Amino acid sequence: MSAAAAERSVFGVIAEFPSATALFGAAEKVRDQGYRFWDVHSPFPIHGMNKAMGLGKSTLGYIIFCGGFTGFATAVLLEFIPSSYLYPLIVHGKPVNFFTVPPFLPIMFELTVLLSAFTAFFGVFLMNRLPRLHHPLFDFEPFKRVTNDAFFLAIEAVDPKFSEIGTREFLEEIGGQGVTVLYEND
Amino acid sequence: MAEPDASTVAFEERMPRRPLVLNNHSMAWISDRIAGIVQNKAPLWWWITISITGSFAAFGTFCMLYLLFTGVGVWGNNVPVGWAWDITNFVFWIGIGHAGTLISAILHLCRQKWRTSINRAAEAMTLFAVICAAIFPGIHVGRMWMAWFLAPIPNPNWIWPNFRSPLMWDVFAVSTYFTVSVLFWYLGLVPDLATMRDRAKVKVSRIVYGILAFGWRGGNRQWRHYEMAYLILAGISTPLVLSVHSTVSFDFATSVVPGWHTTIFPPYFVAGAIFGGFAMVLTLMLPARSLYKLQDVFTWDHIDVMCKLLLLTGSIVGYAYCMEFFVAFYGANPFERFAFLNRYFGPYWWASWTMFTCNVIMPQLFWVRAFRRNWAIVFFVSMCANAGMWFERFVIFVISLHRDFLPSAWRMYYPTWVDVFTFIGTIGIFLTLFLLFIRFLPMVAMSEVKGVLPEADPHYHPRTEPESESREEAHA
Repeated sequence: MSAAAAERSVFGVIAEFPSATALFGAAEKVRDQGYRFWDVHSPFPIHGMNKAMGLGKSTLGYIIFCGGFTGFATAVLLEFIPSSYLYPLIVHGKPVNFFTVPPFLPIMFELTVLLSAFTAFFGVFLMNRLPRLHHPLFDFEPFKRVTNDAFFLAIEAVDPKFSEIGTREFLEEIGGQGVTVLYEND
Repeated sequence: MAEPDASTVAFEERMPRRPLVLNNHSMAWISDRIAGIVQNKAPLWWWITISITGSFAAFGTFCMLYLLFTGVGVWGNNVPVGWAWDITNFVFWIGIGHAGTLISAILHLCRQKWRTSINRAAEAMTLFAVICAAIFPGIHVGRMWMAWFLAPIPNPNWIWPNFRSPLMWDVFAVSTYFTVSVLFWYLGLVPDLATMRDRAKVKVSRIVYGILAFGWRGGNRQWRHYEMAYLILAGISTPLVLSVHSTVSFDFATSVVPGWHTTIFPPYFVAGAIFGGFAMVLTLMLPARSLYKLQDVFTWDHIDVMCKLLLLTGSIVGYAYCMEFFVAFYGANPFERFAFLNRYFGPYWWASWTMFTCNVIMPQLFWVRAFRRNWAIVFFVSMCANAGMWFERFVIFVISLHRDFLPSAWRMYYPTWVDVFTFIGTIGIFLTLFLLFIRFLPMVAMSEVKGVLPEADPHYHPRTEPESESREEAHA
């Protein structure tokens, strides 16, 4: 290790795998080894990888439900406050009460969908801590191919089981190629 | 890994799955071919086409400005035909805009993997069609600076809009549809923008695509939330896509005009929208496929299933035409009866019969497999469907209005040159936006197409690959 590199703290170790199948098998081994702060990187989502990594289902759905409910509540208030109090309109001789709810439903539906969609879109990026301008992984030149056809597995140094040499050897043992130590950004 | 049981093996042997990407291309080939469209120099035809479509768009914009400065009198609209080409064009474009989200949402929920090669372009087409659609309600109000009266806020006299009005529902439906379509499209685009970022050779494009890609790293911890968001967006877009054209049809169905006041409108409009949308996807993708040599990604199998969808929805539309006619007869309402006789045998008979021929009779060609796999016939039928769907809206709106109740109020409708060029202008805007899209963004969802390759399956074993079958047989 060069002197300059030693001054920077280690981000983690990265290894390349030749295929989705190999990456899947490696992920199962890393999971069984008890690592917690690690991730696999692939050009597309790999079916069943959540289980292979020991991850549960994404909790995003519950957040989206809250967003959708907010949209629904907004529509209820937006429609009934003006229609009942601010500017009561009698259309077709019908007052605004429980029995005339059906013509208010389309807007309730639309706003439910609208806020669910906003929550889904912004939720996925907030939960992934994105957007961010840089990441230590981007310093690793071969990592550019992850959005093309390469498969990587990276274990972070913050993991309690991490050791620069031990983890390196472990990744080589399970079939990782070009195992490299990455450093944090300055 | 569990071995597949005997019945599955037998079935796979009898009916092997057709590959979604032909010629066993690698993932790198997919990235090179699709990202290459954006990275290579724009071909000559692109410059020629965009200058033509751009000119039409510019002239259409001029017509809209002429309307703005002069008034709606420059259009052929009159009393009783208060809604003519403007609303015809609005509903036509909204209808076109249905295919994209249908392909992304409903086909995603149905696990129709073939959608991956067309969904990006179809979604983009949806957005551009909805932009064209949104122009018309904005300009047809005449005093465009009053268009904000559509918003759910009180006007200066503290008068609130009527939330029970279908026109108000329409505002919410179309704006929600556009917003959700943008979000859905962009979410799908993020991994491919990351591909563009990582492939960029020029610093400017690396920075621009890098910012647009939000720092996507393709980690499974990211994909986990991404896939959930995509699934839920598909789930909520499914009722949304069905609701938009239903809401548009309420504008008509809740009125008392003969020919409009029918309960069949929502499903009939939705089927027509899907029909028109798929026709437009074929119209745009058939040339794009040849020009950019995407035959291995957008295969004849894709065209075949889309033709079948055209056949299905065209037949539903045909059923609706006949049922409307029957109900007008069976309902014994003299005004309804007259409206439908007048539709097919009145002064605009040619419009109705064009509509019927293009939308119902022409798609029946697709019962024949050879026709579904013939470039010229598929393109011709989809062009017929595009024209037929425009005529359908013209028939419903103009013919129903021009002779409603009192004969003393009847009047023919004739479009002016402003009507014609505003419509052609929106076609120009639509095609210009689409050409810009295929120039600057990957037109096929690369990450999704890679995900449906056989080697993307973590349990993929080269043993099951077609070319190794013979070896296996020899061994047996």
